[in-house]
Amino acid sequence: MVPIAYYLILAAVLFSIGIGSFLIKRNIITIFMSIELMLNAVNLTFVAFAHQWKLIHGQIFVFFVMVVAAAEAAVGLAIIIAIFRTRQTLNVDNINLMKN
Amino acid sequence: MNPNYLWLIPVLPFAGFLINGTLGRKLARPAVAGIALLFTAIPALLVAWLWSTMLSTGALTMSVTSRSWITVPGFHVNFAFAVDHLTLIMLAVVTGVGFLIHIYSAGYMAHEEGYWRFFAYLNLFMFFMLVLVLAANFLLLFVGWEGVGLASYLLIGFYFTKDSAANAGKKAFVVNRIGDFGFLLAMFLIIAHFGSLSFGDVFAAVNAHPAWQGGFLTAIALLLLVGAAGKSAQLPLYVWLPDAMEGPTPVSALIHAATMVTAGVYMVCRTHVIFDRSPLALSVVAIIGAATAIFAATIGMVQHDIKRVLAYSTVSQLGYMFLGCGVAAYSAAVFHLMTHAFFKALLFLAAGSVIHALSGEQDMRLMGGLKKRIPVTYWTMTAGVIAIAGIPPLAGFFSKDEILYRTFAFEANPMLGKLLWAVGLLTAGLTSFYMFRLWYKTFAGEERFDEAHLGQAHAVVHADEHPAGHDEGQDTSHQGHHGVHESPWIMLAPLCILALLSIIGGWIGIPQALGGSNHFEHFLDPVFAATTHAENAVNADQVSHSMELVLAAVSVLVALIGWFVARIFYLKKPGTLGARFGNSALYKLVANKYWVDEAYDATIVQPTVIGSRILLWGFVENVLVNGSGFVSAAITRLFASVTRKMQSGNIRSYAGWLAVGAAIILIAMTASALHIH
Repeated sequence: MVPIAYYLILAAVLFSIGIGSFLIKRNIITIFMSIELMLNAVNLTFVAFAHQWKLIHGQIFVFFVMVVAAAEAAVGLAIIIAIFRTRQTLNVDNINLMKN
Repeated sequence: MNPNYLWLIPVLPFAGFLINGTLGRKLARPAVAGIALLFTAIPALLVAWLWSTMLSTGALTMSVTSRSWITVPGFHVNFAFAVDHLTLIMLAVVTGVGFLIHIYSAGYMAHEEGYWRFFAYLNLFMFFMLVLVLAANFLLLFVGWEGVGLASYLLIGFYFTKDSAANAGKKAFVVNRIGDFGFLLAMFLIIAHFGSLSFGDVFAAVNAHPAWQGGFLTAIALLLLVGAAGKSAQLPLYVWLPDAMEGPTPVSALIHAATMVTAGVYMVCRTHVIFDRSPLALSVVAIIGAATAIFAATIGMVQHDIKRVLAYSTVSQLGYMFLGCGVAAYSAAVFHLMTHAFFKALLFLAAGSVIHALSGEQDMRLMGGLKKRIPVTYWTMTAGVIAIAGIPPLAGFFSKDEILYRTFAFEANPMLGKLLWAVGLLTAGLTSFYMFRLWYKTFAGEERFDEAHLGQAHAVVHADEHPAGHDEGQDTSHQGHHGVHESPWIMLAPLCILALLSIIGGWIGIPQALGGSNHFEHFLDPVFAATTHAENAVNADQVSHSMELVLAAVSVLVALIGWFVARIFYLKKPGTLGARFGNSALYKLVANKYWVDEAYDATIVQPTVIGSRILLWGFVENVLVNGSGFVSAAITRLFASVTRKMQSGNIRSYAGWLAVGAAIILIAMTASALHIH
């Protein structure tokens, strides 16, 4: 049986990649993908602990996260399309109408 | 009669107030007057029903209590009304005279702006006055007490666009607050000592402890007296009443002569059980009453404004009532209260009719010779003048003489009694003098007004007096009258009824010495029983009926002397008095009202204003209030200048802050988890 630490380390690596690209990347779609990456890293820890403690709660929670992520993807992509149509760009540094 | 109907007596005028106050602006004038009259007439009929019940059974006490109003441990108050014979008399005066004055107002105010507002206020006044006289505990009485003060304020300032009227209203309100402060303290003392504010509980407790004399009862009585002196315009708080004449004349008649200002007398009579236990407080009441009576009478002698003469006369007559209370002759005081309500309401309404005839002129120096021109007003006012002068058999004689006689026979302090009697007698002479002076200056002699210019004068005076009331309708309606004109019958009818009452109103209290049986005093026996019986027994020994006759003859003689002096100086040789004394220091002192207003201004008003300006405005307002505001604003701005940098508008910086926040939460949770294990 694979020790739980491996799962957690993998999840931490995935999460770090996610947060790193979330902060660094300028393309909205890439930022969006990095958010999905962080969500899935969290899902991985849920599943790992559910397996470790033989409890169903963690797995149920994963389903919730997946539903929310799907809904978020639908809404988020719609927003991104709308932004692209109006501004012809996906660079977040140029989407700064609120600045000052 | 079902006691629950008692609620209707005050509530109906309140309904009239609500209807006229909310919808009156849109209603036609006859509808406004009709509503006000209807909601005053029904309570008057209910009171008449009460009287018929009383007459058929011989006596009446009735009370009605609501559920709890205020309940705290150890103390509770209800809305409670009670009717006894004293209340019956007050109810009859308030609803009866009030109804007559409502009728008169419908005519008098016909050309004024704000007709609906006037009647709404008048009905509001009726509501609070009826609550005041029906109340069965101190707190509810206080509600009515404050309410009539409010209505009085609103009506004095009815012509609110005129500065003097607005200021007079404020003055009345503020001076009354001083009195109300005393009343409040008295109520606190009563709660502290009796644990109740119900008249029944408090008086029963006092009656159950004959050993209680003076002490805290004196304190309560004196504080109640402060309240009464404010409301009833006694020294030293009388200054608001003459200024209150800025209000429309029917208001002066109803509120500042017949009803509201007698509330203080009513309150002293109602709480006589407390006053009876404190000879000191009673003496103070008597001295204040007598001093006010003569003080105001002297000022009344030299006033030129017809309404101000009547105002000082009212203060003076209220002084008589206090004198009556102070010598424990409560029924005599209430008797004078009732007759005074008749003849003073009559005098004010007649004066209003004179003013109406002269299109707004109030200065007696510009009147004269009106006898033939306005005969009905003349004859009714004559009845009022003779009644107040104390010439039998009109009403004023019997009530005033009863007070003077009881003062003379005051057995608790015979010296004081004789002294106050002399003051009262002198005041009676002065009263007769200034009333006949008013009568001669108004109706006799040559016509000193300029009839040709009366229309113009009217325009000027009215425009000057109440700019808001000078609308187009008024102009056209007044152009129909050329010069002096008698008032319409809607105004004269109440005058005639009040004149009749002023003539016969005193006959119900003819003393035994004059062949009557003093029904009035016996009628009030259930209320004042303990006091009056003891007093009667003593009086019978001390002063015989022949003595009473001599005293009555003396006071009639004094009144006649006052009349003849006025006749000489204002009918036979007009102007001689002014030529002789017009420049004397004494005349100036009295004509300037003893500089009381100026003295109050210098000692109380100005220091308050200066203190407010320096301490309240300069320090509290500018330093404390504004300063704390400035400091807190500066702190907020400093904090904002830092935190504003977080809101850059750049999406990636938000993402960064988000990550930092998440990291901080993560570190905090980790740290706390490590700490716990």
